[in-house]
Amino acid sequence: MALRQCAIYGKGGIGKSTTTQNLVAALAEAGKKVMIIGCDPKADSTRLILHAKMQNTVMQLAADAGSVEDLELEDVLQVGFGGVKCAESGGPEPGVGCAGRGVITAINFLEEEGAYEEDLDFVFYDVLGDVVCGGFAMPIRENKAQEIYIVVSGEMMAMYAANNIAKGIVKYATSGGVRLAGLICNSRKTDREDELIMALAAKLGTQMIHFVPRDNVVQHAEIRRMTVIEYDKEAKQAYEYRTLAQKVIDNKLFVIPTPLEMEDLEDLLMEFGIMEVEDESVVGKAKEALPA
Amino acid sequence: MSTTNREELQNLIHEVLEVYPEKAKKDRAKHLMVNDKALESAKKCITSNRKSVPGVMTMRGCAYAGSKGVVWGPIKDIIDISHGPIGCGQYARGGRRNYMNGVSGVDSFCDINFSSDFQEKDIVFGGDKKLAKLIDELETLFPLSKGISIQSECPVGLIGDDIEAVSKKKAAEIGKTIVPVRCEGFRGVSQSLGHHIANDAVRDWILPTRDDKRPEAGPYDVAILGDYNIGGDAWASRILLEEMGLNVVAQWSGDGTLPEMENTPAVKLNLLHCYRSMNYISRHMEEKYGIPWMEYNFFGPTKIKESLREIASHFDDKIKEGAERVIAKYTPAMEEIIAKFKPRLEGKKVMLYVGGLRPRHVIGAYEDLGMEVVGTGYEFAHNDDYDRTIKEMGDATLIYDDATGHELEDFVMAMKPDLIGSGIKEKYVFHKMGYPFRQLHSWDYSGPYHGYDGFAVFARDMDMTLNNPVWKMMQAPWKA
Repeated sequence: MALRQCAIYGKGGIGKSTTTQNLVAALAEAGKKVMIIGCDPKADSTRLILHAKMQNTVMQLAADAGSVEDLELEDVLQVGFGGVKCAESGGPEPGVGCAGRGVITAINFLEEEGAYEEDLDFVFYDVLGDVVCGGFAMPIRENKAQEIYIVVSGEMMAMYAANNIAKGIVKYATSGGVRLAGLICNSRKTDREDELIMALAAKLGTQMIHFVPRDNVVQHAEIRRMTVIEYDKEAKQAYEYRTLAQKVIDNKLFVIPTPLEMEDLEDLLMEFGIMEVEDESVVGKAKEALPA
Repeated sequence: MSTTNREELQNLIHEVLEVYPEKAKKDRAKHLMVNDKALESAKKCITSNRKSVPGVMTMRGCAYAGSKGVVWGPIKDIIDISHGPIGCGQYARGGRRNYMNGVSGVDSFCDINFSSDFQEKDIVFGGDKKLAKLIDELETLFPLSKGISIQSECPVGLIGDDIEAVSKKKAAEIGKTIVPVRCEGFRGVSQSLGHHIANDAVRDWILPTRDDKRPEAGPYDVAILGDYNIGGDAWASRILLEEMGLNVVAQWSGDGTLPEMENTPAVKLNLLHCYRSMNYISRHMEEKYGIPWMEYNFFGPTKIKESLREIASHFDDKIKEGAERVIAKYTPAMEEIIAKFKPRLEGKKVMLYVGGLRPRHVIGAYEDLGMEVVGTGYEFAHNDDYDRTIKEMGDATLIYDDATGHELEDFVMAMKPDLIGSGIKEKYVFHKMGYPFRQLHSWDYSGPYHGYDGFAVFARDMDMTLNNPVWKMMQAPWKA
């Protein structure tokens, strides 16, 4: 099969890295050849596959060696569970330098060195929570990821973020081939969460590709720096990830999303009781100005 | 000048604007005017210090050019680090003819490119650590430097490096002044903001360090501000001030030093030549230290005479007599120069397009030679510069702000001046059009042009350019 490049976006802390690695482990288990590229200076996108605290990153190795040109592909690519190839772009500690440029440099390096030319079925980019600048949009530019999966939950801010990411996809979809491939609901056990995300997906013109329930086994596996697939392959949660993997393999629904206007999104949230109906008469009024 | 000429020039402006799209035309129209000496303020007639129209081939530079190139570069005993990728430092090196005494690499550092030479990893991980290391290396290699300035290139502002923190830490370690300058090139609309930022850095990081240990001022102490010693200008100015009895304790910044700058807040009077690039620090020293300042003009004997008298008016009779003595001493030599060159230059028309001072300051020198400036303009002037220009220029002359390549060429073709004075970017265009041309930023490998000595060189240069037989052998294409 032809190489499919996928990027995973979503609000910070939503569980992108965990979901991605479990998904990738399930794909590997199904015989797929997969590579993960972490695009986050925290460099925690491959630890469950490699059983490592933190992989040596492209940017750190480049800094140690002098420049990116001094690196070889084998210096930065490591192989973990199920033959999954792993690379981390890396970047600066918080508060200095330019993490976005780190992502650009690292991805360019991997591309130039032919990391993608290997016999691969999937490449997954695990990207920092917010697309704060051009660097973090790098994975969805031309000739990179064509499929975007957004990890989301029934919480208000996660849905705001998903809608914003959809807006970013529209920008790049019109100039290139990138498409929204679905929402992955990583459950937070909010009320009617599956219905809500399905409704959001419908409004965005996409699908909720899978509802991943909450299960403590994920944390148990994480403590051991493992995916559920590897830690407890008979666990119910492992089958959830396998289902997700199969749905991704079979996925044919790639769309240019139709992001919601803020008002429509708020209407949706109110419909599901996530947000209270706004009382316009109180906006901008101080406490003492309001009737008791 | 007649009314017809005024109308002709207005029509010329309209014609020149005709090629622009509607929006650009509307914008550029505000930057072009026909002079009217009766105007009190230029504000209603010309707009300045605004963003250039994209695509017009503006001649402007950037904030880094204004700070590193203009204000900081000429200070000879400090090391200016071009902080960022190598290009800015390398292309800004050695391009300005600011002369200095001293031994390169020992007590004078103007001609060396010091760069932090940013690589990808410095962008991604930040350049702070490299900057600190660079300062250590400079201390080892150039221990006699008096201080260091850090001139920010664009990426430093984008990635948010804390160069102030590095400056404070390393300054404490090496016991020298280290000045962080936030002159990233993308800031502002021209090099002008770079001058301002550079002035502010001097105000914040240099002057206060000596506030409680400054020597008592002598009664005749003055400082020269805004003279960058192009071709030796500041030297030719300084000797006149010293001959009239003044004590020049500092040159800002041509052939200047850090200690001179530190001690300037003790002078009696600040003498400001380039108003545009150093009015900020002059005003600051007036407000904080109570030092009066005045603008002067050392181009051509008429303006020199006026300026010497005005400078002397701030002092006692000894200095006033000194000024008269200096004027009397040099007047015969000046008359001789004028007698020699005026017959060769009289009635010739000049068009100028320079930076922020000379478009008005050199007018008097041309007039001393019987020449007439029929058009002038600035790359990066502000309203207060145009207020001053209106008074210097004749009625019904052309004034252009941030002129575009198209405008300058069309103005020249229509007005057919006998001489053009501008910069290196304009020079060869006009040479190819067959016009005598002098560089008025760099003095074309010549100079000085300031002071009485400078006028002798100026008059000779204008004559040898304008009356060079080569121009008669050229056929301009539109005359063919």
